[in-house]
Order: sequence, then C-alpha cells, then structure tokens
Amino acid sequence: MTQKTIREALNDALRQEMRRDNNVIILGEDVAGGHGGTGVIDAYGGPLGVTKGLIGEFGANRVIDTPITESAIMGAAAGAAATGLRPIAELMFVDFMGVCFDQIFNQAAKFRYMFGGKTRTPMVIRTTIGAGMRTAAQHSQCLYHMFTSVPGLKCVMPSNAYDAKGLLIEAIRDDDPVIFFENKLLYDHACDVPDESYAIPFGEANVVREGRDITIVAFSRMVHIAEEAAKTLASEGISVEVIDPRTTSPLDEETILESVEKTGRLVVVDESAARCGMAADIAGLVAEKGFSSLKGPIIQITPPHTPVPFSPPLEDAYIPTVAAVVAGVHRLLKV
Amino acid sequence: MGSDKNELLDAYRRMKSIREFEERIHIENTTGEIPGFVHLYAGQEAIATAVCMHLRDSDYIGSTHRGHGHSIAKGCDINAMMAEIYGKKTGLCAGKGGSMHIADFEKGMLGANAIVGGNPPLVIGAALTAKVQGTDGVAVSFSGDGASNQGTTFESMNMAIVLQLPVVFIFENNGYGEGTGCDYAVGAESIARRAEGFGLPAVQVDGTDFFAVEAAAKEAINRARMGQGPSAIEAVAMRFYGHFEGDPQAYRSAEELTQLRETGDCLKIFRDRVEADKHVTKADLDQIDQEVMSLIDSAVNAAREADFPTKDDLLTDVYVSY
Repeated sequence: MTQKTIREALNDALRQEMRRDNNVIILGEDVAGGHGGTGVIDAYGGPLGVTKGLIGEFGANRVIDTPITESAIMGAAAGAAATGLRPIAELMFVDFMGVCFDQIFNQAAKFRYMFGGKTRTPMVIRTTIGAGMRTAAQHSQCLYHMFTSVPGLKCVMPSNAYDAKGLLIEAIRDDDPVIFFENKLLYDHACDVPDESYAIPFGEANVVREGRDITIVAFSRMVHIAEEAAKTLASEGISVEVIDPRTTSPLDEETILESVEKTGRLVVVDESAARCGMAADIAGLVAEKGFSSLKGPIIQITPPHTPVPFSPPLEDAYIPTVAAVVAGVHRLLKV
Repeated sequence: MGSDKNELLDAYRRMKSIREFEERIHIENTTGEIPGFVHLYAGQEAIATAVCMHLRDSDYIGSTHRGHGHSIAKGCDINAMMAEIYGKKTGLCAGKGGSMHIADFEKGMLGANAIVGGNPPLVIGAALTAKVQGTDGVAVSFSGDGASNQGTTFESMNMAIVLQLPVVFIFENNGYGEGTGCDYAVGAESIARRAEGFGLPAVQVDGTDFFAVEAAAKEAINRARMGQGPSAIEAVAMRFYGHFEGDPQAYRSAEELTQLRETGDCLKIFRDRVEADKHVTKADLDQIDQEVMSLIDSAVNAAREADFPTKDDLLTDVYVSY
C-alpha cells in the first residue's frame, strides 16, 4: 500500500469516480484556475490543491471553474443533480455557506422528501473547516453541527487519508446531498491508502483505539487530539477508547452506546460549537439511551461560545487541546 | 481638484502610505510574525484615495478582504492597523479581527470583509441610515471584479435604486478574482455596463489615473449627497501581488507582472503628472516619501513590540457567555 496524504487521497477518489461515471462533474471557484489570465490553466487545481490535474484528464466541460457566486454554484449543483448529473461542488471555506445557505437547506436538502420521494439529489459539497490557521472569524469555523441538524443532508468529516478516500467515493455514489467537511490542518496528514477504489459506508464509526475506562468521541481533527490525550492517559494507567463517528448524519449510535456501556464514562471532543453542537448532541444521545451505564457526568470539551479570534494566543486558547482533554478526563475520574 | 497643492500632497501622502504599508507587509510577512492571510492592495492606491478624498469621517465605506488601502485612505490609524495585522492587543480590533476584519466606525470604516460580496448589503444599510435620519451622509461600497458577480451585489444595486439611497458602488477591476481572470468570470461587456442595466449611472475609468477616478468619484458622491440616488464606478487597475501573500500566481505571465510596475504604477503616473504641471515639486513629494517611510517603520516596530491579548480577552465582547 502507498502512503498518501488526505489531499492525494481525495484527488484519487475524484479521479476514479470521474473515470467510472461520466455524470460526475466538479464545479467551483478555481477548481482549475487560470481561465481568462495570462498564465497557465490549472494554476490552482483547487484553492487547496485537491482537484489538481483533473481538468487535464476530464476537460473544462467536467471540471468547471465558476465565478465567485456561491448561491449559483450550489443551486446549479442541486438542479443538475436532480436532473441527471452527480455534481461535486467545491466551497473554499465552510464559512461561505452563509452566502448560499438557501440553496442547500431549503432546496437540495428538501427535494426528496418534499416531492414525495420522486426525486434524488446526488450532489456532494466539498468544503474546508477548522481553526488554527489564524484566518479569523469568517474563515475558521466548523459548522458541521448546523448541517447535521437539517434533515435531508448527510454530513461526513474524515480524520485520516484512508477514510477520506473511501468516504468521498461513498459520498459521490450516494443519492442524497452530502456535505464533505475537510479540516484545513489535515490535508498533509498521511497514512496507508489503497490505490484501488473502495467505499466506506456512512454511519459506521471507527474505533480508533480500544480502552476500558473512558470513552472519548471526537470528530475530524479532534480525533488526533483525543488520540494524543489517550496516549498521555495510558501512561497514567487510564485506558481510553477513542471513537471517530466519521459521519454525524447518519450517526452510528450503536458503537458509541456500546462503548459507554463498557466504560461507563464519556468525554466528547468537538470543535464545532459550545452550544447545540455535536458534543451536546452526543451527550444528549448517551444521557437518554445510555444513562444506566454512566458512572459520572458527561464531559464536553469544546471551544468557548465565541467567534473564532484572530490573534494567535486567543486562537490557541479557543481550540480544544490535548491538555484540556486530559484535564476533562481527570475531572471525570476525580484524579 | 487638480491644482490645489495641499490637496495634491494629501492625496499623494495617502497613496504613498498605502504603497509603503503594503510593500512592507510583503517583506515582513516572510518573517512568519504576521499570522494568517494578507491580501495586498498595491497597484490600486489611486482608487481608494481618489474616492475617500471626497468623503467625510461621518460618511461610511465597506471594504473587502483586500482592505488595507481603503482603511488608510479613509483615515484609520496606521499604527493601530499594523498592530491589528500582527494580532496585538493594541490593534484597531484588539487583535480579534486581523487583516481581513479591520474596522473603525469612528472613521466611517465599516470593516474589511472576508466574504466576497459581503459588504454591499451592509453599505446600503449605512446609506439607509443617512436617508432616514435626513443627513447628507454618503456610503461607498468597494468591491472587486469577483464580488461584482455576486447575488448580494445585484440585490444591493437594485435596492439602492428602488429606495434612491445615497450610495456609490465602486468596482475595482484588478483583472483577477483569486486565480480566475475577470474576462472569464464577468459575462457582461463590462461591470459598468451591467450596473447601468440596474438603472445606475455608471462609468468605467482607468484606475491607475488618480485624476480620472477622482473626477468620477466627485460626481457620483455629490449626486448621492444631493439626494439624487446611487451610482456605480468601475475602476480598472491590476494588483501588483497575488490574490494572497504566498500565491504563486501561475495564472499570470511573468511579462504581465513586469509590465505592471512599468506602465501600471498609479503613484508613478501621479508623480509624473503633478511634477510636470508644476503644482508641486519633486522635493515636496520626496519629503512625503521620507515621512511615510518613517511612519511605517515605527508602526512595524510598535506592532512587533506590542503585547498580544491574553486568555482573559477571549471571552470579552461576546453577546452571551456560558
């Protein structure tokens, strides 16, 4: 097997699916780049380089640079999806969802149900999430919790390159709108990724690390924070199970509940939001369906309820850290 | 304007301040001390300056991710701007906003904006305030060629004409929206012609020619101030640097970049003209160059030495804390 970064794994998935199905197209801002300029085409290959080289193989009819018009991109993807294509719309930063929210949550998300099951909307929105790059309040949010709360949308957030490839292939083949959240700080994260095509089903959590004393549920980049914390805690003799749900909608409730039944203690690490975020959602699930297993309160490790600050010391204090997770576990165990 | 020495020197000082500010950030950015994204305005100085020369502190502007030039032209404190870009507590936004969110309401600067097409609706709001309160205030929206294609921009132009708001839409066509050429992304013959379609008086001007922008801005701003409704100006001037600092700019040819500095430098064009007209002397302008250099120097030094905000600042100025 080859070591690939998340960026390469995603490119792999896109290329293989575009070869398999001519109805798969990509559209977005600078997915190639360079049109109308004095330099070269494919100047960017996507703002973060994920779609590099695809226009060379599939042409400008299937790798489509758009103006900076997010509502039109998302609406065009939804309309094309409902009429026969499988569009992958790229949105540079999830924050820009604010510009095009209507086309996603009032339109694409509702078609199948609202039209009595008579249509499918097989579109994927690839977008980037996460703080840590000093890109301030309008370029750093996670927001997957908001989309998770909208019926009709599927939400995927891979934490490693293997999952990134398999989940993106699954997303492209899925008949419903899927929002695919890529953490900006993880693009160069590498692991073994098969060259051949494979799909990872939605709603199946990955037990990243098995343990007996504590269950930590974490999403996207927070999975790595949780793993680091688990290593520290292991050196203190505390055995931590780390669960990466991989998709928040659908959510693998069973794996989480079974783990809590075993450990009796739950910590949720989530960068999305302090209120009404994924941490609160998982806490609610376990409080309702796993209450009898709990030996202590559920601990939620999230950013504070503020916009993402710009200044480095503030942003560092904003993002959940390994130390914060370890402290949360200590609090729970009264160590 | 055109012969008043003080006005000419004021205009040159603003343009030169923007240029030096940006050139210095271009250099300082490589030290790693400047966090996050910076988008430089160098090459477009004549536009922000010519427009803001006709605005008062009580008038409002809305800006873009490429907002340093607008902020300086509107009178924001350069030291506090630099500190903000360095993420320091002494910054205009206390370090919480950074380059893409510099704002100073006391100077009528409603904020740089990291959302393309984010400011036009807000700016017509500022114009609405002026209209409802019966002041002769004016609001100006600065957008790029990229934002000219956004629905928010179209909606704002239409609402401005419907409500006869005292607003001017400035479209700075710098050739590229990120890495895609304007000729590809703007379907209309020109941004100005499209604005006309919304019912706005609109002109296209050479954005490297301070005096051309100034004449158009004067007319449009006066129209707004007299209660005669909105206007649009498309000012064409290429940016010297990439979309963001670090952008390899493969979408531009080397020749294009070289030629820009030779033929598209608005400061050089301005200097040549005013020196030739003998309204100001080379010595007057050189003197300003020196003063600006030392101002930017001290701004960078002060920004470097200033304190970062502390953890306690994280939870201030949020509506509700939990």
